[in-house]
Amino acid sequence: MTAALQLQDKKDLQRFLSEHYEKELLRLVVVGSVDDGKSTLIGRLLYECNGLFEDQVAAVKRASAGEEIDFSLFTDGLRAEREQGITIDVAYRYFSTRRRKVIVADTPGHLQYTRNMATGASTADAAVILVDARLGILPQTRRHAYIASLLGIPYLAVSINKMDLMDFDHGVYERLTTEFNAFARTLGFEQVRYFPISARGGDNITQPSARTPWHDGETLLGWLESLPHQRRLDGAALRFPVQYVLRPNLDYRGFAGQLASGTVRVGDEVVVFPSKRRTHIAAIDTFDGSLPEASAPSSVTLRLADEVDVSRGDMIAHAEQPPVALQDLEAMLVWFGEERLDTSRRYLVKHTSKYVPAHIEQVLWRKDLEALSEVPAESLSLNDIGKVRIVCKRPLICDPYQDNRKTGAFIVVDPLTNDTVAAGMILGAAGGQGEGETKSLISAEERRARLGQSGAVILLAGTPEVPESARRLERALFDQGRHVVTVRGDAEAALALAGAGLLAILYTPVPQARLALRDQLRGTGIPSVELDPTHDLERQVKQILDAQETTS
Amino acid sequence: MSETLSARLSHLAVLEAESIHIIRETAAEFANPVMLYSIGKDSQVLLHLARKAFHPAPLPFPLLHVDTTWKFRAMYEFRDSFTAKHGLKLIVHQNKKALSEGINPFDHGSQKYTHAMKTQSLLEALSLHGFDAAFGGARRDEEKSRAKERVYSFRDRHGQWEPRKQRPELWNLYNGRIDAGESMRVFPLSNWTELDVWHYVLKERIPVVPLYFAAERPVVNRNGQWIMVDDERMRLRPGERPTPKRVRFRTLGCYPLSGAIESSAETVEDVITEMLEARVSERQGRLIDHDEEGSMELKKREGYF
Repeated sequence: MTAALQLQDKKDLQRFLSEHYEKELLRLVVVGSVDDGKSTLIGRLLYECNGLFEDQVAAVKRASAGEEIDFSLFTDGLRAEREQGITIDVAYRYFSTRRRKVIVADTPGHLQYTRNMATGASTADAAVILVDARLGILPQTRRHAYIASLLGIPYLAVSINKMDLMDFDHGVYERLTTEFNAFARTLGFEQVRYFPISARGGDNITQPSARTPWHDGETLLGWLESLPHQRRLDGAALRFPVQYVLRPNLDYRGFAGQLASGTVRVGDEVVVFPSKRRTHIAAIDTFDGSLPEASAPSSVTLRLADEVDVSRGDMIAHAEQPPVALQDLEAMLVWFGEERLDTSRRYLVKHTSKYVPAHIEQVLWRKDLEALSEVPAESLSLNDIGKVRIVCKRPLICDPYQDNRKTGAFIVVDPLTNDTVAAGMILGAAGGQGEGETKSLISAEERRARLGQSGAVILLAGTPEVPESARRLERALFDQGRHVVTVRGDAEAALALAGAGLLAILYTPVPQARLALRDQLRGTGIPSVELDPTHDLERQVKQILDAQETTS
Repeated sequence: MSETLSARLSHLAVLEAESIHIIRETAAEFANPVMLYSIGKDSQVLLHLARKAFHPAPLPFPLLHVDTTWKFRAMYEFRDSFTAKHGLKLIVHQNKKALSEGINPFDHGSQKYTHAMKTQSLLEALSLHGFDAAFGGARRDEEKSRAKERVYSFRDRHGQWEPRKQRPELWNLYNGRIDAGESMRVFPLSNWTELDVWHYVLKERIPVVPLYFAAERPVVNRNGQWIMVDDERMRLRPGERPTPKRVRFRTLGCYPLSGAIESSAETVEDVITEMLEARVSERQGRLIDHDEEGSMELKKREGYF
């Protein structure tokens, strides 16, 4: 406990700080039903690992009835809110062990448990599932384990709590762990660690308990400290999603991002996706100087040896371990939306650093969370988990989720409400049908010949006056003999029209939405021109016609 | 080779990488972001991370100081010299209407004062400049209602926080989509603790306002808090006489509302040592948190940071 730490001199502090600095970050999700003792367990971990301050401890001591501290009160903020009817998915809490700094995703209660747990589990390196020794393995326990496996949490511990109420009976513990183990194997967990604990009594949490002589003595905290950190499991393929292009002057062009996985070295031959251009890494830059190499999860800036066109949303990888480009894909979805999944609607998929319009074409099955069986389904509603087939407007440069938790994951956003409505995990390419469905029998050349022009999208910047500017521009182009239409806000529609050879003027009065539209236009292969609607009309028309000349 | 390298990434390096990712993501997705600058240690760390995120390019957004006019003099001096030295674009916003009405921390109580000079003033500044995203240095370990705060905190047209409408955050995929008039508060330091911040200040040699370090300062004891008399505007109560005392501040705000602690910590190392030995939460010296139960949550719902 650091509370007892008395730093005698500067040397002690230096030692403490260097130890503190060497600590690794471990993200943990703790799950359990309402009365499993989850708050008590987290409260005790925070208290005994000094994740709390004295005034917080004093307040809890005052509030606790009797002599014993009620550890559950440390996470009490949530409870008061629940009384007020405010349910919030996940709270994050922090404590340190000797070797690790731990971020605990505290996923409260039974309310919306699937969504809560998926959120907490998405970043977790390890999960602790609480089981009430009196009640045994419940359907809820199985659901938690299923979600942990679905989200790819590498390490799982099951804490059999309230052992004090079962007289620390070894038989009870054996029976429960054997039962759970059989189930865990079906989910693909190779190793699950079990702990007989009493969160209230503090048994086997940070201190070995004398009341469980039949247990090997390892504590929950000891387990957390000993876990091989998954980031060490390297040799992973390089994945560098480009987040931001840095261009401070004409001589510098750097691609900033966070390594999703793997290691990049100066001199490495890399491929930029989706263009598949090959080049070499010229430099790895940081604020603190250039590096010979960098590994995930570092945020760095890459410079390339050749003038390759790279923008946000692109992915840099090694040629020998390329990602896949999937447009029709199968994925597991955890549905968060208040409204049901609508297969006729358009959604946005956010994957690495880009948004892609997508249709969730078909729900293949839904997981029955009671029986954990696959049942036929037309749709998914709140907290449902199912396998779906998604068709994206542009390919996702990705990996299956089981190979890569960063490049295999996506969220689904409802473009009308802007809500995050689902979490998705990529399984792989959709089989069979759909290939070439969107291919037309008329070629672009034929359309150009018939119309006497090539198609393009003209994007106008967001201002309150933009609808008027769009109408005037449409008139001017029409008068020039061009085939032109105006589209408000829908990049997909504009792209379809431009694909058919028309000039599509795309506008939105919302400045921020323009960024999203621009993002959607990028990489489609259809020429687009971005104009400032405050410029005079003649200049705008000229810019468009010039752009058309160069592309036709 | 790569195994040993990535294993060597300390938690501070991981937190730094994560924060830089968040800052770049916001700058890429929003049309008009701004970074809130309150001159405190968290602001300094946030700003340092932002400079790292875009190096060698300049920051692609300005800083905004919501100025209550009651900050410590040392804070104003620090703000002006630091931003000038690094060529940072700074916008200073004051709620002129509240100022002309004479709203002050003595006559109006900390609640009304904070609402007018901080919450209202911030909302006014955001809408005046049309900012659609505002970075803040808040951490989840600071206060109970912060533990549930998202990294991307959605605010409606009126700048209000609706805890029921928070967007779930999965992996590192942040949903920054908003409609006109709506905005996002972004907290890149969410996963940092107070110790992490000080440790990073030490490691990166980040300059902070000298008020964080012990010195003899004129203070009065008011309701059990040491309040520094920073200028002649301080209203002394009968019997109060400023006396010199060796004190320092754990958090900095408006001087009449910031409680100092008795301390001899003169360096960052001393501050860390003191923090490890005396485990009292930093918010204890924040008078505005203690107005009433759950007061931070209420303030946030109205648009406070």
